[in-house]
Order: sequence, then C-alpha cells, then structure tokens
Amino acid sequence: MNEISEIKIDNKPPQERYYTYAYLDEQTKRMIRRAILKALSIPGYQVPFGSREMPLPYGWGTGGIQLTAAIIGPNDVYKCIDQGADDTTNAVSIRRFFATVADVATTEDTAKATIIQSRHRIPERPLQSGQIMVLQVPQPEPLRSLEPRETETRAMHAYEEYGLQYVSLYENISAYGRIAATAGYPVMIDERYLMSPSPIPKFDNPKLDMSPAILLFGAGREKRIYAVPPYTKVRSLDFEDYPFETQTWDEVCALCGSDTSYLDEVVLDDQGNHMFVCSDSHFCAERRENGHLGPLAGHSLAQKSDDSNANRVLQEGIAK
Amino acid sequence: MAYVAVKGGERAITNAHKWLGEVRRGDTKIPELSVSQIREQMSLAVDRVMAEGSCFDPELAALAIKQARGDLPEAIFLLRAYRTTLPRFGFSQPVETAQMAVHRRVSAAFKDIPGGQVLGPTFDYTHRLLDFKLAAEGETEIDSAAQSYSEMPEELATIAQVFEHEGLLEIDGVNNNEDPPFDLTREPMSFPAERDQRLQALARGDEGFLLSLAYSSQRGWGNTHPLCGEIRMGEVSIGFIPDELGFEIELADVPMTECIMLSGFASIEGNAPQYTRGYGLTFGHNERKAMSMSIVDRALRARDMGGEVTAPCQDEEFVLYHSDVVEASGFVQHLKLPHYVDFQADLQFLRRLRSEFTQAKDALNQSSNEETKVAAQ
Repeated sequence: MNEISEIKIDNKPPQERYYTYAYLDEQTKRMIRRAILKALSIPGYQVPFGSREMPLPYGWGTGGIQLTAAIIGPNDVYKCIDQGADDTTNAVSIRRFFATVADVATTEDTAKATIIQSRHRIPERPLQSGQIMVLQVPQPEPLRSLEPRETETRAMHAYEEYGLQYVSLYENISAYGRIAATAGYPVMIDERYLMSPSPIPKFDNPKLDMSPAILLFGAGREKRIYAVPPYTKVRSLDFEDYPFETQTWDEVCALCGSDTSYLDEVVLDDQGNHMFVCSDSHFCAERRENGHLGPLAGHSLAQKSDDSNANRVLQEGIAK
Repeated sequence: MAYVAVKGGERAITNAHKWLGEVRRGDTKIPELSVSQIREQMSLAVDRVMAEGSCFDPELAALAIKQARGDLPEAIFLLRAYRTTLPRFGFSQPVETAQMAVHRRVSAAFKDIPGGQVLGPTFDYTHRLLDFKLAAEGETEIDSAAQSYSEMPEELATIAQVFEHEGLLEIDGVNNNEDPPFDLTREPMSFPAERDQRLQALARGDEGFLLSLAYSSQRGWGNTHPLCGEIRMGEVSIGFIPDELGFEIELADVPMTECIMLSGFASIEGNAPQYTRGYGLTFGHNERKAMSMSIVDRALRARDMGGEVTAPCQDEEFVLYHSDVVEASGFVQHLKLPHYVDFQADLQFLRRLRSEFTQAKDALNQSSNEETKVAAQ
C-alpha cells in the first residue's frame, strides 16, 4: 500500500453508535484493565479473566480485540496486521471494527501507531517507547502440547517446574539434530515464567527482549491475559551447545531487496517457481518508496491492488 | 494466485457478505420466511438456540436462525454475542420445577406415579414415516387432540417427593452458601469445578457433544447405570426481587425441560445407601439435551462419590473445556485464517531436514559403493 504516511480519521459522530465506546461496557473494560495491570506486575504470568463473547468468532482475535477495546481512546492511532500485512482479510475486518466502534484514527505506518494489534508477527521496524503491542493468542499455555491438563500446567508454573519443556527440546535435538520449534518458540520472562510468545516465528523472538514498548497478549477463548512490561528480559530457551538461532533466507525480498526481514514464499505457478517477499507489508512498501528495488521490482504484487483502496472504501462506508 | 486470495481486502469482504445475503434469501419467487413463522413452526430449533445461547428470547432466537440460514451453532453464536452486550440487573430466584405447569411428564421408574404419566406433544411412538401431506401447498388440516375432562392437579408430585418417605433417593441439597452461584459468562473456567459451574457449562453445552458423551457412558466408558426417574416439560415462573421493592415479583413463565436420572447406589457422607442422581435442565422442550446432561452430570460426580475418574465423561477438564459449541466452532474454523508465516517457518525446517537426509543418504551410498569396489578388488 502506498499511502503509508496518511492517517485516516474516522469522523462518524459518536451518537450514531449502537454500542458503548469501543464496544465493551465500562465494567468489562475495568475488569480487563485490572487483569492487564496484574499481568504487567507479574511478567509472563497468565491472568485468568472473564473473557466475553465478541461479535467475532473465538480463534479470530477475540483476546486481542478485548485488550484493544479496554485500552483504546479517541486519541490513539490504531494499526492492525495479520501475518505481518495490513491488508489481510481478518486485519481489515478488525481495523474496520475499531474505526467504527472507537472513533479512532487508523494507520498502516508502524511508527505512527500507538496501538499495534497483530496476529503471528512483530513489525520489522523496532517498537518505540509509548507504543503498545497487542498480540492475539490462540493457546496461551506454552506447556499445553506437553501436558493437556490446565490444573497440572498451573502447578508447573507455580513451582517453576520447567524440566519437561527442556526434555522436549532435548528430544528434538536427538530426533532432528536441532530444536524443532519454528513459531511460538517458548521464552523465559525475567528468568521466572515460561511464556508462549504467541505463534510469531522465532525470527521475531529477539524483538521481545528489552523491548521499549508494552507487550500485551490476549487469549479470548482460553480466557487468559499476559504481558511483558517494557525493558524486560525475554530469553528464548536453548542449550549451551545448541544455541537459539533465528530463521535466515538465501534469497532477498523480490520487491524491495531487503535481506533482513522475515520473508513469505509466494507460489508463482505450478512449475515450482516461487518468489520471496517481505511479510511486513508496510516495511516493504516504505522501502520501495525510498527507492529500494528487489530483483522482481515492479511485479504485480507491488502494484496497488483494488483492495488497497480499503481505507477509501472504509471512509465511504463510514460516511454512509 | 494464492497470495492474492489471502490478501483479499475490504471489497472482497463486502461482496462476499452481499452474496451471503442473496444465498440466505434463496429463490425470490418463493415467499420469504418470517421470524414469527420460524418462532412458531421451528420451535425446537428456537429452543435449542435459546438453551445453548443462554438467553431466553424466542423472537431473537428465531431471528438468529433466519440470519444464520438455519445453521444452529451460528445462530447460537449470534444470540450469545448479543446477550453479552446486555446489562445485568440482578439474579432471579431459583426456579421451582415442582410447581411447573406440566405439559409432559413421564417416569420410567414406575408404571404409574402420582398425577400419572402425561405424554404431551412428543415424537415418541410416532412412526418415522415422511408425512407427504405436509409437503402439499397450503394449510394442512390439524387433527386436534381430545380435551380431557378430568383436571390436571395444580402441581404434579416429583419423583423426589415420591421417594421422600423411604429416603431411597438422594435428596436435593439445600444451598446454604450465601455466595452467588458461579457464572461462566463472567468468570473463566476454574478447577476443581463445583457442581454449579459444571451444571452451567452443561446447560450451555453443545447438544451433540453431550449426547455422544452420555452415549459413551452408557456403553461402558464411565457407566452410571442410568434410569430415567422423571422427565417433565412445561412452564415455570421466574421470580425476581428488585432491590427497590424488596419482595418477589413474577417476570415471566418460561417453558423448560427437566430430567432426573436415577443412577447407581452410593452411601453419601456415611448415610444409608441411596440412589444417586444426575440432573438436567434446559430452556424450552429438549429432552435429548436434558437427558444427556443428566447422565453427564452424574458421571462428572464420580470424584465427589469417591469413585475413580477413568473415562472421558467423568473428566471435568475434558468435558467442560470442550463442550461449548461457540468456542469449539470458532477455534476449529480459525484454521481458515492465513497461517503462511508459521507455515513458512515450518516449511523451511522441513526443507532443511530433507536436504540433510538426502546428503546423508548420498554419502552412505558413496561409501558403500567404495566398499563394494574394495571388496571386488
């Protein structure tokens, strides 16, 4: 998308809303804010909260939406991404939801956003102090695949009993010669709580460590909120002889030539041809605006699709 | 191209929803269904939506069914999402099902019980033959049921009252707890779960899931030896005490189905052995749900009864965490959302494993070839 620097202001008069500001009633927002404060006070600890049914299905970002609804105000600038991209369908849908119910300005520009809601990615541009990152979480329990019972896993966290997790990583090494986790790679928060970073690729894990931004995690269906306060140590689990490492690519982004970003593979045909492009759509567009060119610069993917007029359509929709 | 498909934006969404509206309406030459037609003629669907939607409002449930094109879990979701926005002004008094205005009451435990067996409107004993008269256009004639000349007693004795004199059946516990009952719509699930929390989860639980669990119990996976003590269906009145009045007023008469399932004997808290029981209660007329619920309720009491938890239907974490149709449907279907970032991470890993595998195999072939050569020499 090209209009990256433009912030869109939603000018719908508040009295036309059928629901309270930001959808949730004030009591519910207060309950969620209390859970957030508790989560920030005990970094990495999963705080149970009275998650509500939202007008979007469970599994589609209801935890993130409730967090955003509890913290958003009219002066915020809201960005919403899915798989790193601003124009994926669910991100468009959630952004439209808050533009409608919270009279909030929306942006695709990571630097301009005060609240960034995301599913599966942390933006490439380093987060800043004053920003809040809201991550949607399908399964908040990092130990769930090892122990299905919540009563057990809660006790394991209480006793800081994480041996099972290390054994599982060790089993990876004996089976595959390396730690097999690629996304949702478990992290230790401030050397106390084991935490799932949500299904972000391990490529993004280092961005959590000593982040100047507040990191909030919301799991609506599982009814848990957890958080990493600014400047908190976040360590990805590893062994001395098998240190943590992130994904790398032999290719660069075909559109902007970036060799430092997380890349998505795009299948071009059924003959096995593919290209790699930045998963962070705004990062890539900004680089192209600044004159960076990749080997397939000018490819139709870099063109503005009719859908990238989303915000114009959004404006019209709201004006109606 | 696949990439474009997942990047579909605002216009694609808007058009998809317009198309959905068209498909919902179907052939416009056929008259549109009205909400009141659904409410009156699809009443069991309305009852299920209200029960699992945790909201008694036949009009809204019928609207949800219309909007959901008859997809009941989708209609349940619509009603729940609406319900959650409603202000809560208080708790009703517990309903007294003993004072129910009964439409139907049967007991399998006795040939006759005080007040008699009342069949009421039931599918039971119908022969499941398609009635082609209903397919005919226009109004079909209703063959009305004969009116009884003897009056029904004001209150029908419950199965518990029948057993009361001998103490054969575990009696209703009296709730001396001053705390309000657990409310899953406001608090997250917590374990160990008390019976109020379990019953609420079961009342909201998916009918199909509970039916299968109850069936698995009957087939020996945590058998509770159930016997249908009583099913009653009819209207109960909902009483409420507003703070500003201080006395009880009647808000509504609500149709409900209740099932008391007699189960195996046990000595509870050192008392003489008694039948234990499982309990089921739903909005509207839904015996399949009420019976399933009562079997699963009893199975979940295995731990309280000093039994061993061995089967899925006895395991409260298994049952309560997986019974909600809105949660389950959302999470299973969220797999439709793009996952290409994590997929790319996985794909990279798999490619690396495969190339290492191939290299190792090649190296092995090479060395075994050399060995063969050496041996041949």
